[in-house]
Amino acid sequence: MENKTLKQLSAGLASGEFSSTELTRHYLDKIKQHDGTYNAYITVTEEQALAAAKQADEQIAAGNAGDLTGLPIAYKDLFCTQGVRTSCGSKILDNFVSPYESTATDNLNKAGMVMLGKTNLDEFAMGSSTESSYYGATRNPWDTDAVPGGSSGGSAVAVAADLAPVSLGTDTGGSIRQPAAFCGITGLKPTYGRVSRWGMVAYGSSLDQAGPMAQNAEDAAMIMNALAGFDAKDSTSMDKPVDNYLADLNKPIKGLKIGLPKEFFGDSLDDGIRAAVMDAVKQLEAQGAIVKEISLPRTELAIPAYYIIAPAEASTNLSRFDGVRYGYRCEDPQDLADMYIRSRSEGFGAEVKRRILVGTYALSAGYYDAYYRKAQQLRRMIKQDFQAALADVDVIAGPTTPSPAWKIGAKNQDPVAMYLEDIYTLSVNLAGLPGISVPCGMKDGLPVGLQIIGDYFSEAKLLNIGHQFQQATDWHTRKPTVGGNS
Amino acid sequence: MSLDRSQVESVAQLARLKIDEAEMPDYLNSLNSILDLVDKMQAVDTTGIEPLANPLDAAQRLRADVVTETNKREQLQANAPATEDGLFLVPKVIE
Amino acid sequence: MQWETVIGLEIHVQLSTQTKIFSGSSTQFGAEPNTQANEVDLALPGILPVVNEQAVAKAVAFGLAIDAEIGKKSFFERKNYFYPDLPKGYQTTQLEAPVVGPGHVEITLDNGETKSIRIHHAHLEEDAGKSLHEDFHGMTGIDLNRAGTPLIEVVTEPDMRSAEEAVAFAKKLHSIVTAIGIGDGDMSQGSMRFDVNISVRPKGQEEYGTRTETKNLNSFKFMEEAIEMEVERQIDLIEDGGKVRQETRLYNGDKKTARAMRSKEEANDYRYFPCPDLLPIILDDDYIEAIRATLPELPDAKEKRFMADYGLPQYDASVLAASAAMADYFEQTVKVCGDAKLAANWCMGELSKFLNQQELDISACPIPPENFGQLLARIKDDTISGKIAKQVFQAMAEGEGSADEIIEAKGLKQVTDTGAIEAMVDEIIAANQAQFEELKGGKDKLMGFFVGQVMKISKGQANPGQVNQILKKKISE
Repeated sequence: MENKTLKQLSAGLASGEFSSTELTRHYLDKIKQHDGTYNAYITVTEEQALAAAKQADEQIAAGNAGDLTGLPIAYKDLFCTQGVRTSCGSKILDNFVSPYESTATDNLNKAGMVMLGKTNLDEFAMGSSTESSYYGATRNPWDTDAVPGGSSGGSAVAVAADLAPVSLGTDTGGSIRQPAAFCGITGLKPTYGRVSRWGMVAYGSSLDQAGPMAQNAEDAAMIMNALAGFDAKDSTSMDKPVDNYLADLNKPIKGLKIGLPKEFFGDSLDDGIRAAVMDAVKQLEAQGAIVKEISLPRTELAIPAYYIIAPAEASTNLSRFDGVRYGYRCEDPQDLADMYIRSRSEGFGAEVKRRILVGTYALSAGYYDAYYRKAQQLRRMIKQDFQAALADVDVIAGPTTPSPAWKIGAKNQDPVAMYLEDIYTLSVNLAGLPGISVPCGMKDGLPVGLQIIGDYFSEAKLLNIGHQFQQATDWHTRKPTVGGNS
Repeated sequence: MSLDRSQVESVAQLARLKIDEAEMPDYLNSLNSILDLVDKMQAVDTTGIEPLANPLDAAQRLRADVVTETNKREQLQANAPATEDGLFLVPKVIE
Repeated sequence: MQWETVIGLEIHVQLSTQTKIFSGSSTQFGAEPNTQANEVDLALPGILPVVNEQAVAKAVAFGLAIDAEIGKKSFFERKNYFYPDLPKGYQTTQLEAPVVGPGHVEITLDNGETKSIRIHHAHLEEDAGKSLHEDFHGMTGIDLNRAGTPLIEVVTEPDMRSAEEAVAFAKKLHSIVTAIGIGDGDMSQGSMRFDVNISVRPKGQEEYGTRTETKNLNSFKFMEEAIEMEVERQIDLIEDGGKVRQETRLYNGDKKTARAMRSKEEANDYRYFPCPDLLPIILDDDYIEAIRATLPELPDAKEKRFMADYGLPQYDASVLAASAAMADYFEQTVKVCGDAKLAANWCMGELSKFLNQQELDISACPIPPENFGQLLARIKDDTISGKIAKQVFQAMAEGEGSADEIIEAKGLKQVTDTGAIEAMVDEIIAANQAQFEELKGGKDKLMGFFVGQVMKISKGQANPGQVNQILKKKISE
């Protein structure tokens, strides 16, 4: 059961090599043993997990199990899970037990998956390092002094350190792809509207999307088959047929046209990452892909546009945390105003407050046009750039991040320095396109991610390319030494 | 554009946040560097470009007007800081 | 100095949908606190709104009824402010692209003059919950059952110049809302809430004065009183050298007083922006025409038809047409009795008086229109007099049966048999020989006495016309 892919574990369950209960206990034990080092989990749901595993075993015995029945999974603590604390990494929700289930987790639970627990994240998904959580920083298993990336750092580490065979993350500006790159796993951000946002606590509502964080593209495809789909409870969910993401995995990529945006290979790109990504591109070429240079001229403008739109949406999404109906309320409020101000000021951490302030300012009278409206206009231009590029090539490839994982504490005092690290991922969310990050090399003992961006609803193609790449390379099979510094 | 202390205070008041005296210099500093970053947008001519609010440019679906919900008050108030007789309690509201 | 009053209204109309605008919770009035508030209405983390199709349809119906442009691409925005009965910390509403654009409503004043009041727009939005200020150990209780109830907010141009005009407009709007069935219009339950913006300016001045807003006037009477009081306050203030402050005021209809609401410490900055959880509502011509086809006859058209088809005076026609239910009742009554003017008089008179006394809506009237028509038919065919009819009406209202049954059971049929009346006249003459001689001698005043006496012994059932005739014949004999 050690270091097995989801697919291998699925086969093990099917053949009776081990039961879901044994498999679940195996992971629960590993979490107990090692998570003190990594802090990947906020909450471990042992009791529920064993109950779900037992039910899965019964289903397997009865012969009506699916692909995913009995397989353990970890959920980012941004998904509402009924009867389980849903903290969003924030003091303000430390005592919040969700009375309802998110559609994303519900889909996976219904497919028979066993929730091991809720993983750590930057508070309300606002961050790129998983350092801003009320529950402390998560550590990168490749170097426990390094950040795992964020905001889905706990979900990335759970998979990288084999404290879960697979996990669920969310991506607003790179929060699946960047930690996947930093931790050497595969992470897919689907097209906006492909996975329901119902019950996924909102950060930037027009940007947020849930997706799988897995050991490889094939495992991610298995999850996508259960995760994706229309949900009438989400007005932004798209009523479009869902692909069978496993069907095309083995299609050869001969003739695939890949565009390399020259703006993704500028001066700010780390040389080691540039080399690893170019090697990966050569590998794809060797498999028959046709590579050409393209341009995404507003790449740099995605940073300002994103850092207006996301905080603006967040500033009002977070207004509901007011101490009235749930969540933290300050001690002995003097009056209503005092209750609002102290509950929120004591309940939110510094980066969340910073983004609320930026967003509030950007929407305030006299600044709306210069900031919010301008950013939304730029957003359309960025989308148009992608559409023009994708008219010419099938997919766009480049680095997921400009540099590998940095040391804990290196950037969290300088928000702008951290924001600049999101340069290759933000524009994908602004345009609503799908993107995948697959491991493609190492730089000084830290993993490097290759990002592939596709047209709307082309997740099957991205998974196909990822899988084909992983058939020819072994970066995705490399594992950190769990239990100590590598 | 840059923010001074009183602007930060008034924006914080709008957002029902209070920035402690001790934290103010850090906030001023980081907020102004963020504004410097986002102000790079101002160089782009966006005349005539329609703002994009939703990446897919799709239309709203409408829901049938049918009651689907039952009373879940007990469950939903389990997280509440203060309730009485089924009401959420807050410090006195004065109009 | 001569002053001119300028009034604009903002009217919140609760739409009579089964469920809330963004959730499947029931909107029924009067439930236990927070039993009709689900995770969406409580704004739990992670919830999302989906728009109720009936809320959109009813808003469009309203737009068509006031001859407005319908927004083919409207969208929702967030209006951000903190208040305990506003769970999300923002109200989902419309600002830049409302579903109903400019329209107009015609009003008729008491002097018969008509005036067109322009509607700036009407937008869809959600209602807030309720704050209960009764003492919970010095705290306020929050009930979110009402949170998320669909509303349209109708905003007029500042076109009204007196309390009379404002009230006429408010009544007209009320009649439109109830006629097309988009709301129950019950002002006492807050189903329709009027906020009045009032300013004054010297007559002839173009520029508007500073306005105040008086909120939540829950009857037409209170609205009229509140406007008159506020206009007087503003004029006195200015004439005493003061200035009107822009503020929100609350009128207390029971105490006949008004006061300014506690002014907010900082100016409101609502930070409107398009709600990213909702997509634009796109309406095409087919949709709009399909709704137009379902619209019932509107009060204005009904009023014109009542004048043309029934020959009613405008006043009667407008009163009856103001309420769709009353208009229907009237028309069914006419069908049975065949006399429109008689039916109008009785609907506006005895029937309305009774309904007001009992505080009943016409829809809850215990007398079916068929029976009411039958009663009037009996007046028309001289079976009973108008006076007896009132007696029969009371019995009908008390559930004693149909008009004919009551007339029969109580023996109230008018005596029209000439022989029987003549016998009664003779009896009265015999008993009052001296007075009869005086009458014959030309003392016409005594006529009334004799008719009265005959009516008395007939218990009101003799046909007074016939009594008169027979008496005259006796005098000339």
